[in-house]
Amino acid sequence: MLLALIIAFPLAGWLILGVVGGRLPRRVIGIFASGTVALAFVASVAASRHPAVSAGGLTAPLFSWISVGTLTVTAGLLMDRLSSLMALVVTGVGFLIHVYSMGYMADDRSSARYFAYLNLFIASMLLLVLGSNLLVLFVGWELVGLCSYLLIGFWFDRERAAQAGRKAFIVNRIGDAGFLLGILLLATSTGTLEFGRIGALASQMVPGLLTAITLLLFVGATGKSAQLPLYVWLPDAMEGPTPVSALIHAATMVTAGVYMIARLYPLFITAPLTLPVVAGVGAATAFFAATIALVQWDLKRVLAYSTISQLGYMFVAMGVVAMPAGMFHLTTHAFFKALRFLAAGSVMHAMGGVIDMRQLGGLAGAMRWTALGFVIGALALAGIPPFAGFFSKDLILEAAFTSAQHGGSWLVWVAGLATAFVTAVYVTRAAILTFLPPAGHHGHPHEAPPTMRWPMAVLAVLSVGGGALGAQAVGAPLLHSLDRFFAIAPAAESAPAVFLTMISVAIGALGIVTGAFLYRGRREVTLGAVGRFFEQQWYVDRVYEAVILAPARALAHFCADVIETRGIDGAVNGVAALVVRAGGTLRQAQTGYVRSYAAAILAGTIVVLGYWLLR
Amino acid sequence: MTVPIGAYLALGALLFVLGVAGVLLRRSALIVFMSIELMLNAVNLTFVAFARQLGRLEGQVAVFFVLVVAAVEVVVGLAIIIAIFRTRSTIDLDDVDLLRG
Repeated sequence: MLLALIIAFPLAGWLILGVVGGRLPRRVIGIFASGTVALAFVASVAASRHPAVSAGGLTAPLFSWISVGTLTVTAGLLMDRLSSLMALVVTGVGFLIHVYSMGYMADDRSSARYFAYLNLFIASMLLLVLGSNLLVLFVGWELVGLCSYLLIGFWFDRERAAQAGRKAFIVNRIGDAGFLLGILLLATSTGTLEFGRIGALASQMVPGLLTAITLLLFVGATGKSAQLPLYVWLPDAMEGPTPVSALIHAATMVTAGVYMIARLYPLFITAPLTLPVVAGVGAATAFFAATIALVQWDLKRVLAYSTISQLGYMFVAMGVVAMPAGMFHLTTHAFFKALRFLAAGSVMHAMGGVIDMRQLGGLAGAMRWTALGFVIGALALAGIPPFAGFFSKDLILEAAFTSAQHGGSWLVWVAGLATAFVTAVYVTRAAILTFLPPAGHHGHPHEAPPTMRWPMAVLAVLSVGGGALGAQAVGAPLLHSLDRFFAIAPAAESAPAVFLTMISVAIGALGIVTGAFLYRGRREVTLGAVGRFFEQQWYVDRVYEAVILAPARALAHFCADVIETRGIDGAVNGVAALVVRAGGTLRQAQTGYVRSYAAAILAGTIVVLGYWLLR
Repeated sequence: MTVPIGAYLALGALLFVLGVAGVLLRRSALIVFMSIELMLNAVNLTFVAFARQLGRLEGQVAVFFVLVVAAVEVVVGLAIIIAIFRTRSTIDLDDVDLLRG
């Protein structure tokens, strides 16, 4: 009941705002929408304190959905340690971003539509994380994709925004096709999709089949969580309003792939081949996206590539069987990346929509709070202690190291370290270009209104203090809770771990110093040929163009010019021409003289009579 | 002396052929119309001849039907011919070719 209520609040908000939102005053819309999410947060807190949550899961079956042959699917909700964490992050960060949006979208004429979509997103995301089986998760998965599409293209009168929305939707379809195949394969081979029962079945399944299923599910994750090779939609998704980027394309929806793997970890750790693939894709994406972030001029695109990169870290964590570390990084990342996006949104708000960092600069004086929030987010992202990102990223790197010691690939760990260095450089670059003098503009920026400042302040506190959730010094409450959920022995603090931590901190610091040196005085360093290589996204777009788009276009032209015009049109035109010509010939018979008709009747009669006579 | 049935049939056939020839060859609508009547009556003659020969009534009943239909047809046909004459001042069938394709 409580679980259904968590989803019901934002869902009701969507319905009400969708129906009567246009007639409400703007302030009321914002307060109402934020209120529903606040209620959902309170309900999540209340539900997560239920003793059953830590015992094995609080379940709430809703109704019997599908019952075909041996397959029975019940629509139901489940809250255990994993989903309670996700529900709290979604509703908590979601609430802050709703409040922020009240300030950010104050001047937009369709704020009712905006908040209705946002509420629908929260409801869908909660359905995704609270679903008790894979099919309910999939429904939520598709609904958040829909909300993402609607909100990326929120300003649909802008061509670029509309196109970006379509791109996100279509690229996600590719991933979802794999995901759906994985679900169907799982359903046909095990006969159940319930999370509670999949775990026990994993060990009895054929390894090859299990690998196929998990790889297909992972394809879905690469789409939703913007990993190689399906990452292309996320940078374009920045055309949406900035709070949307913060909520959907940084903090919550894009982490759905990570959550899905964590949710199905019994399958993934049993499948022999899948985990190295996950770790490899994650590590490659992390480094790849970080290098691209290094040469972007659009502040939001820097953050977008940074998000892709950090999601790569989370997949590395999943791949090296450090699910608690991955979920921990997901949580801290939600805090500090949302903070960075909100700060970027505040900059956009102050500068009238300018987001090119070459036209920013010198904002630190006028926008002290925003700058502070941005820098805190940057330090957390760079992994500098004691900020939250340090703890979670360090845990992942440690796990990657341990995995390499036990037969995993060293490349994953090395890529992780290299990414940490590049990350530190690009966050420094973004901070310098945006906030330090000399100014690249002649505007008069102003600090954000309180509704925008306070959410940033709360997220800043969480970005600083969030590490305590997983810091060994204070007992790591979150990690212990997750360790028990995943039934994985907690990593013991050993001598190499301390050494590794020192390495990663040193690399982070080195990256910041490098960045500070390279971009001192807001120099627009382009990094030469290497920079161009990064700027062209390692020519991934070109490869896609040559391998996928060009043949597809050729096929389309073949269909349009040959099959369509000659084949189908030719057949239709041919039939028409035949009729016209036949008609032209036959009309000669219509003389209009009564006697010729009479003669025809006579001739016909004679023929019929002749037939009967001579038969 | 009884007239053999063959004579009736021959006369009927002759009248019918005359009617057909009239329909096909004459241009005046009235003559064509009369030719049609001739064909109908040629058929009536054969009906009556067969009825008499076979000693059955069905042929004579058929004749009555034909007469009724012919009367109706005269009403309609003459009305049409008058209508044509009023609009085009002629009843020459070669001038009435509105249905030419």
